[in-house]
Amino acid sequence: MRSEMKRALLNPIVDNNPITLQILGVCSALAVTTSLLPSLYMCLALISVAALSSAAVSAIRHFLPSSIRIIVQMTIIASLVIVVDQTLKAFAFETSRELSVFVGLIITNCIVLGRTEGFAMSNPVGLSFLDGIGNGLGYSLILIIVASIRELLGAGTLMGMTVLRTTADGGWYNPNGMMMLPPTAFFIIGLIIWAVRSWRVEQVEKPEFRIHEVHRTEVL
Amino acid sequence: MPEPEQKTTPQRDSIGRTLLVAFLVSLLCSSLVASAAVLLKPRQEANEARHIRRNIVDVAGLLESGEDIERLFEGIEARVIDLQTGRYVDDVDELRFDPVKAAGDPALSLAIPDELDVAGIGRRAKWGLVYLVRKKGQLATIVLPVHGRGLWSMIYGLLALEPDANTIVGITFYEHGETPGLGDQIAKRPWRDLWSGKQLFDQSNNLKIEVVKGRVPPDSPLAPYHVDGISGATLTGRGVTTTLQYWLGEHAYGPYLQNIRSQREGS
Repeated sequence: MRSEMKRALLNPIVDNNPITLQILGVCSALAVTTSLLPSLYMCLALISVAALSSAAVSAIRHFLPSSIRIIVQMTIIASLVIVVDQTLKAFAFETSRELSVFVGLIITNCIVLGRTEGFAMSNPVGLSFLDGIGNGLGYSLILIIVASIRELLGAGTLMGMTVLRTTADGGWYNPNGMMMLPPTAFFIIGLIIWAVRSWRVEQVEKPEFRIHEVHRTEVL
Repeated sequence: MPEPEQKTTPQRDSIGRTLLVAFLVSLLCSSLVASAAVLLKPRQEANEARHIRRNIVDVAGLLESGEDIERLFEGIEARVIDLQTGRYVDDVDELRFDPVKAAGDPALSLAIPDELDVAGIGRRAKWGLVYLVRKKGQLATIVLPVHGRGLWSMIYGLLALEPDANTIVGITFYEHGETPGLGDQIAKRPWRDLWSGKQLFDQSNNLKIEVVKGRVPPDSPLAPYHVDGISGATLTGRGVTTTLQYWLGEHAYGPYLQNIRSQREGS
């Protein structure tokens, strides 16, 4: 049981990362990663929603009629997201403004529903809770890497504190404005996926089909 | 990983059971959401009010001084004006008066005739709230709250003017639902900075301020009144223009601005 729990918690961080392996949750990873602080709040929000909704769904999984199971899961996720969003508005007002709609959009984040439907529906509460945290951490790891790169190169700061003094401030660093645009997050995530798959070769997917090379002799 | 527990029984999938589970889940979830909303509301409202004060200080250009926002705000005088006459009134408590809330109360507001309602707000309060910043006793900045329909929802903003009631000091939007990354630029620095120094009215007193599509040619005769639009957010820009057109027009702050200008010429 112990090793199982460890697996549920740690496996999604690299080996089964929701972003780099399953390519889920990319939308918010593009949108909120222009600076590190909002990304951290986003990570906290996602971890708590994923963990609590997995635990809640797991707790009622034996009573859940299969015909309404998805909508019940969505209801639980949506309620938790609203609670998290309201909490951020009350205790982290400025950051919640920066995150704008993206906390609310956790409702549609495939990672959360994927874990409740794919794992929590057939696993005990404790394990599902850990799986939710693990997947949240896997998501967070990528968000933090992307946000650090974008904030550092795009504004010369980290967590709002100057690291590279920009020319506008009389320093030497000329910030790369492209870092602030969503496509850059795409490029960085792509590079991370490349790096992870070069390191963990087993993550490389088999090609779904191969273009058959036709030789003239075959046609004839 | 443990064996998946699939115990689908006919009993679990019966209609009665389905309805019961749906009902209980909805009940639990809605009470969770409702209690979070109610319990956190006072804190959120305090945050909201502080956010507006911060924006008022910001738009008046006082934020750079680095002083505490609450202290800076204390130095700003809030006054209620009668929008029709454009004069200050003293029988309305400026600390309690909220023009946006009052617009929803038939006793405190009036319907805007359709042809004048370019901002799409339907009603407005009979009074307006303005903020006056004084420096060494002299009026330095006038801050006017405005609101109107943007692309997706109401946009709420503040316009800061020089004492001539014509030159813009700054503009800010403290609440809006515009598209993240496109329309939401209206609340951000680079675009807001385009406004400072622009003029509202031309020589013959016509309201000319407008957000145009694309870039304003610097040699255009209208350059003092036109602001570059944000690409991909034409409709948001139009919302900003119509909001300003209504609020600076004759039906809203127009008489007040006129009074300030004639007082200035008189003195």
